[in-house]
Amino acid sequence: MVAYFLRRLGQSAVAVFVMAVLVFVGVYAIGNPVDILINPEATERERLAAMARMGLDRPLWEQFLVYFGNLLRGDFGTSFVYGDSALAVILQRLPATLELAFVALLLAVLLGVPLGVIAGLYPDGLLGRSIMAGSILGFSLPNFWQGLMLILIFAVFLGWVPAGGRGPTTELFGLRVSFLSWEGLRHMILPAINLALFKMALVIRLARAGTREVITQDYIKFARAKGLSRRRVVLVHVLKNIMIPVVTILGLELGSMIAFAVVTETVFAWPGMGKLLIDSINRLDRPVIVAYLMLIVFIFVLINLVVDILYSVLDPRVRLAQRGAQ
Amino acid sequence: MTRIGKASAFLSATAALALMAGAAAAQTLTIGLSSEPTSADPHYHNLGPNNALARHVFTPLIVQDAQQRLEPGLATEWETVDDTTWRLTLREGVTFSNGEPFTARDVIYSICRIPLVPDAPSPFTLYTRAITGLTAEGDHSLTITTDGPAPLLPNMLSTFVIVSASVSGAEDEVVFGTEECEGVGDAPVSAAFNSPDFAIGTGPYRLASFIRGEEIVLERNDSYWGEAPAWERLVLRTLSNQGARVAALLAGDVDMIENPPTQDIARIEGEGFTVASGLSNRVVYIALDQGDAPTPGIAGDVNPLQDVRVREALALAIDREAIRDRLMLGLSEPAGELLPPPMFGTNPDRPAIPFNPDRSRELLAEAGYPDGFAITLGTPNDRYINDGQISQAVAQMWTRVGVQTEVDAKTFSAFIADRNGFAFSAFLAGWGAGTGEMSSPLGALVATRDPDRSLGGTNFARHSNPEMDDLLVQAMVTVDDDERERLLREGSALVMDTFGIVPIHYELTTWAHKPDLEYEARADQYTLGYLVAPKAD
Repeated sequence: MVAYFLRRLGQSAVAVFVMAVLVFVGVYAIGNPVDILINPEATERERLAAMARMGLDRPLWEQFLVYFGNLLRGDFGTSFVYGDSALAVILQRLPATLELAFVALLLAVLLGVPLGVIAGLYPDGLLGRSIMAGSILGFSLPNFWQGLMLILIFAVFLGWVPAGGRGPTTELFGLRVSFLSWEGLRHMILPAINLALFKMALVIRLARAGTREVITQDYIKFARAKGLSRRRVVLVHVLKNIMIPVVTILGLELGSMIAFAVVTETVFAWPGMGKLLIDSINRLDRPVIVAYLMLIVFIFVLINLVVDILYSVLDPRVRLAQRGAQ
Repeated sequence: MTRIGKASAFLSATAALALMAGAAAAQTLTIGLSSEPTSADPHYHNLGPNNALARHVFTPLIVQDAQQRLEPGLATEWETVDDTTWRLTLREGVTFSNGEPFTARDVIYSICRIPLVPDAPSPFTLYTRAITGLTAEGDHSLTITTDGPAPLLPNMLSTFVIVSASVSGAEDEVVFGTEECEGVGDAPVSAAFNSPDFAIGTGPYRLASFIRGEEIVLERNDSYWGEAPAWERLVLRTLSNQGARVAALLAGDVDMIENPPTQDIARIEGEGFTVASGLSNRVVYIALDQGDAPTPGIAGDVNPLQDVRVREALALAIDREAIRDRLMLGLSEPAGELLPPPMFGTNPDRPAIPFNPDRSRELLAEAGYPDGFAITLGTPNDRYINDGQISQAVAQMWTRVGVQTEVDAKTFSAFIADRNGFAFSAFLAGWGAGTGEMSSPLGALVATRDPDRSLGGTNFARHSNPEMDDLLVQAMVTVDDDERERLLREGSALVMDTFGIVPIHYELTTWAHKPDLEYEARADQYTLGYLVAPKAD
């Protein structure tokens, strides 16, 4: 078990390093951040002085060595734009993105799985068909359009929720979170729905396909024959057996929700990391971009590990195989 | 408690909370910003949003009004003693928000600190470089000596604000030196200013909290020396997505927004909000490469843009009024120069460049291009208002007179890399004059490129007119205002007559706010919450 974890960690470290190198060189190739940041009225001398200050006048290989040398000491560099430690800038925005992603995940699971199971149990009924039609809309309508429509309907016309931004925050374990207050939840509900719609559609379709497959299995027939109630059959036997593909997909999607919720964060002015990433790319803020992507790879690795652990919890065959292998 | 009892208790509690929130809100003004201030350190980045935020908490020596004319700030009087010496009288009775008195030491410290800000991407050294000597006579008088005549010193002093020397850890006596100042102590890092304990200034508000990219909360400074602002609390929220910003205003989440997109202005006014607009100092122009061939966007051994008739043809082919009416929806002013009148150095009776496509075709034929030629127009598509669309419109207009034009539109970071590498024969860009007068665009855009004399910094069109250069250089050392204005006017007229650069229009800056507020549109495009007032009945 320990060897397995260490091997996984080693593989991930290699992935992180290769990705960091590629991004570093790529951003360098686009252009000079000083030209974007500096006031246009500054003279050539000021421009060169700014470049020297930020270490941008040195050749690529030298900048590279300096950056990775600092990295080994845990220093992720200073943001060109904010003048603060790149990691501090990102971590300040992390709680906002995390809470949005987890609320969206919760919505996707709590709504998507039951709807998918219903659609699988009654595929030819009106309910089943309309759920499937709804799911097509969920993943084919563009995310930003959905977001703007939600704002238009619920915030501008009806005025039930605010049009954007994050609500008041409270401290929890040293992090600023907003889901503990009613006002914070009101601000979070629209962006969470927007982020969740696409995943919900995926989950519905997965759950339906899984249900259709599992319903025809022998053990379901046997359970019914044994006299178990329909409720128990569905909630215990069907649900557990369709969860493996759902968990896999949701694991991947959670990673991408955390890393790339850019559209939702931009449309709802949610101060998360995704928006930070796109702004940094536009301004060629290289330390933040590289630090951000390294953090994201780390988060993906973590999520994959958790998903693997969940497999062995959900599926006894995996547990037994692992034990058998030892 | 019964279920109904619980529900009504909950409802009444919510109603009570809403009422209390409403009462508190009456003292709070919420503004939606279009781009975020990157730091609360006023000396870190010479950028619009940062400068606007700085003026809420700190004050400059000299303040610019809505038309960028100079008014007393922390300095009540300024005068020239001789060509290179100025004397400033500082305002008495001013205290910082922590109660400490403002003295000349704070001014010396601020000017000393500006070159020392670590990692500053765009520091204010541009404006303090000319100062070679700075001595205090008592607490409220300063003598400044400059490197050669510096008629623009007051303009330069209006661009940066004064911070507290004591809070920043300076010693009791700060002595200015061109190479190094003494008594400065350890210059604080920019991130330190994001905390309210450190951002102590003489401005109308105090920094209560700075949450980067999210919101900035300011509270009224009761010991402010000037006119007290109307709002007890200011909340500045960054809403960079245009749709989200408009939605927030329409939903009532914010009281005022800056830069509403042009296509939504009719809708905003229709819903009962007020749109304030005013001429800014920003001109959108097209630069034409006038160096020797080969020029990157035109094939062949000869550069047609070197012929003044060709340039005039291209300038006359642009229908600026159509661009204003159809693209900008009324929010631009066709331009005849690089700065709108009546700003300092502009020719007041110079009309906008007319629209005359027939004359364009004649000129092109005269110059030897009866069938025109092909050119590529480079442009950013996310930097200036409707920049991509303006370029497409210009391309169509030029093609109509025979100059086949292709548009090469890129995101600003990539466009800058190309432009600074001289990759364009023609490109569209904008210029905002921070000092509010004509030497800014002339010096940066059309003066011959000369890094030693700090001229032509943004002249990527290889334009060179030595006569205009001489006029400009002479103007920059002429202390007499009228004489300087005359020289600048002559220089501008010279460049415009030879079509050395083709201005398209001046941008109008817009703000949208609730109908019970009023805000005077500013030429420097700053959104200053302390100048927003309830509408006088």
